[in-house]
Amino acid sequence: MSRGKRLLAPYFLILPGGVWLLLFFIVPMITMLSLSLQQGDVVSGYVFTGHWQTYVDAIVDYKTQLIRSLIYGAIATILLIVVAFPVAYWIAFYAGRRKATFLFLLLLPFFVSFVLRTISWRQILTDEGFLLGPLKDAGLLSAGFHILGTPAAVIGGLVYNFLPFMVLPVYVALERIDPRVVEAARDLYATPLTAFRKVILPLALPGVFAGVLMTFVPASSDYVNSAVLGSSSTTMIGQVIQAQYLTSSNYPTASALSFLLMAVLLIGVFAYARALGTEDVMKVAAR
Amino acid sequence: MSRFRVSGGGVLRAYTWLIIAWLALPVLVMILFGFNDTPGRYNQSWQGFTFKWYGRLFELNDLTKALWVSLGVAVVTMLVAGALGTAIGYALGRYRFRGSGTVNLVLFATMSSPELVMGASLLTLFVSTGVGLGVVTIAIAHIMFSISFVAVVVRARVLTLDRSVEEAAADLGANPWTTFWKITFPIILPAVFSGMMLAFALSIDDFVVTNFTAGTTTTFPLWIWGATRIGLPPQVNVMGTLIFAVGVLIAVVSSVRARPRRAA
Repeated sequence: MSRGKRLLAPYFLILPGGVWLLLFFIVPMITMLSLSLQQGDVVSGYVFTGHWQTYVDAIVDYKTQLIRSLIYGAIATILLIVVAFPVAYWIAFYAGRRKATFLFLLLLPFFVSFVLRTISWRQILTDEGFLLGPLKDAGLLSAGFHILGTPAAVIGGLVYNFLPFMVLPVYVALERIDPRVVEAARDLYATPLTAFRKVILPLALPGVFAGVLMTFVPASSDYVNSAVLGSSSTTMIGQVIQAQYLTSSNYPTASALSFLLMAVLLIGVFAYARALGTEDVMKVAAR
Repeated sequence: MSRFRVSGGGVLRAYTWLIIAWLALPVLVMILFGFNDTPGRYNQSWQGFTFKWYGRLFELNDLTKALWVSLGVAVVTMLVAGALGTAIGYALGRYRFRGSGTVNLVLFATMSSPELVMGASLLTLFVSTGVGLGVVTIAIAHIMFSISFVAVVVRARVLTLDRSVEEAAADLGANPWTTFWKITFPIILPAVFSGMMLAFALSIDDFVVTNFTAGTTTTFPLWIWGATRIGLPPQVNVMGTLIFAVGVLIAVVSSVRARPRRAA
């Protein structure tokens, strides 16, 4: 192959996929930003007016849902760390030759559609269902007790649905720890707890960071869990955006809200990355 | 090794099994209610065991059609995203070139952007350009978010490729074209297959992006979503069970085949 041809080869390879991503990922984002600053309606069309007021109105009208989404996302992420860490830890250090089997068992439920799994939870948790019904009949729970429609149900659904995205990166980080490093700490008279705190935990942190990146954004912007398991008092911003787009066809407001959501999440992610040291996060993210 | 263990593993072991049970519970409920002898569409309480829904699987025309749409889109996504993503992944893993940083950044951006925003922005594009929504726009969207996953999987494989094998082929007189198809491609093929399987799985399960780009077309997840309020018919449970079984089967078979063979 001639030298000129070799130099161009990567560009030829990237061209088709690159054009696809340009047309259907980057251009739509720009279109959305532009539409959020336009005025008009579906029938008579939209005109670009640089109308910033749409953003102000969107914040005023939907700040409750926006803040609620971020809070639910944050709580779900923290719970994910708490729930996932011991599982990843046990598989990495104790499962021995059956590591792959346990990881497979954890991933098994995710062969079922996301929507279907969430609806299945609704069936399990429904007020007179086979879980709460018998407990109520036995008098262990008051007749008015319910889980569906509460923030707990929505956050529980988020934790359930995003668990693999936390377990896997944490597991990868823990699995890479050289046992000899921990043994060295023990030889130097570190108690098991100290060895865990001073050796294992710092080495596991990049995995936790990656897990947070992979769960916080989708959890905060989710609308399936809050729609299926929640009620009007748990409405998240994703539901608002979905309704604005698909029910009210109020495109400028919907675009402004999507853009706001993405901006808030990106700022959050970057602030988080800065606080931890950007390089580490980018390295983990690039993996 | 025992000194390495912070505390007895027993508690953690029980905890791990508890989490596995928690994860499996809704799936078991879904499978179980596919065998529920319920008289009509209302499939909430247990009425006795039956196989009848497996026989009446394709009775609901809209649902069957939605399933075919999902499968069709997933196959197209798998093939197109497989080809485009493999090319990008190969270029990134093999060549150093100006602009590779930007490509990596775009891949990372598509993988970390909220699905909601990707779907919403695509809808904005289609609405403002007057493109009608349907199977084509669903496939366009699915290919878009799958390319990066294929590219990342293939890139990882190409990066760990032993270049000396290719050099050996070249030393034996193979031209670059022959070397690629006879040596390089077979080595990266497993990564291409995993990338394509990932694309298929992402596509067939996608709800959020599809919800924005489907218009009046219905895919399997969209049909389920639409039927939630009136109650899911047992056929949905059966289809969910079958998709689950096929997915698990493929995963088991491919992991057994990928296991290095022991020397006889």
